[in-house]
Amino acid sequence: MNTAENECVSETLGDYILVRLRGEVDLSWSQQVRRAILDALGAGSKVGVELSQVSYIDSSGIAALVEGFQSARGKSQQFGLVAVSKPVMAVLQLARLDKVFPIFPDAETARAG
Amino acid sequence: MNAPLALIEVEKLEAWYGRRRILHGVDFNVNAGEIRVIMGGSGSGKSTLLRHLLGLHKPRSGTVRLLGVDIGKATEREMLGVRRQIGVSFQGGALLTSMSVGENVCLPLREHTRLDENTIRIMSRLKLEVVNLGGFQDLMPSQLSGGMVKRAALARAIVMDPKLLFFDEPSAGLDPVVSAELDELILRLRDALRMTIVVVTHELESAFKIADTITVLDQGEILMTGTVDAVRHCDNERIQDLLNRRPREIQVDADAYLKRLTEEAAA
Repeated sequence: MNTAENECVSETLGDYILVRLRGEVDLSWSQQVRRAILDALGAGSKVGVELSQVSYIDSSGIAALVEGFQSARGKSQQFGLVAVSKPVMAVLQLARLDKVFPIFPDAETARAG
Repeated sequence: MNAPLALIEVEKLEAWYGRRRILHGVDFNVNAGEIRVIMGGSGSGKSTLLRHLLGLHKPRSGTVRLLGVDIGKATEREMLGVRRQIGVSFQGGALLTSMSVGENVCLPLREHTRLDENTIRIMSRLKLEVVNLGGFQDLMPSQLSGGMVKRAALARAIVMDPKLLFFDEPSAGLDPVVSAELDELILRLRDALRMTIVVVTHELESAFKIADTITVLDQGEILMTGTVDAVRHCDNERIQDLLNRRPREIQVDADAYLKRLTEEAAA
């Protein structure tokens, strides 16, 4: 794994917080991703996780997304996955989570809800 | 282009049980991302080879390198590092009968990680969903059918997203539909989670469906390693016997036979 390419950045777009992930999301830093998602949900009412630059995600990364979505639903917040890359989609489909998460093609569509 | 990365490298492996030689100079390599099927009849040595690949036996002669680690010389710490990156689904499931299905699946995460409880719960239940056992986490192993035990064992084997997954006889004792579903799942695990998978089986249909390459073992020797097509069309008589389910003719060595019957005790 090339850790130099892994990145998790939160960007505020009005009332929307977009958590942008990059690289390979695995056990070595998925807890950081989890924290960023939960922090974003603590700071704003609408949160998206952008995944277009994620080349691999393991179950611990998926667990961070699931926990974020569950937390958002509990507080009636908007939560969605944005621009899901093919490798991430393959993992979502493996567990049929592509039918569970709201998935948006881009941030604009996601913000519009 | 980079050379393919070998996750398993076996050279000149010999294995003996007492005076009986089980594996004869086995060379065996598996590259990252590959699905390798080990085929062979009963007594061909495939289970012994698997036990060496899992590090359960140290090689008496020859070398076994797993994820770059020579397991014949590895320290406890190195072996632990290897074991964190491999998953094993045993033929009989090997679930701990005093624990629920969910606790069984969580076990590797509790042993090998310091993840928080929420993440452990979600990861383990996610894998139960993957094997179509969603919602079964509170059942005990004794309450499961044979096919469900096998799937629960697979969920436990993949809960850490291992680089290398070993699957011993996935189809044995399963109905054809569940068996076909497991074959499909093996292919999807490789594609979605980038696993390298070694399957030991004697089910031809399953082997031909999932394998990138097949290694055929017979009487402790590798008869061939090749693609599905190469194995199907190989003109080796023993391989064709296996493929066409023809009984083998057992060679009898009169001296050895009489010795086995009459000898008082093995040296």
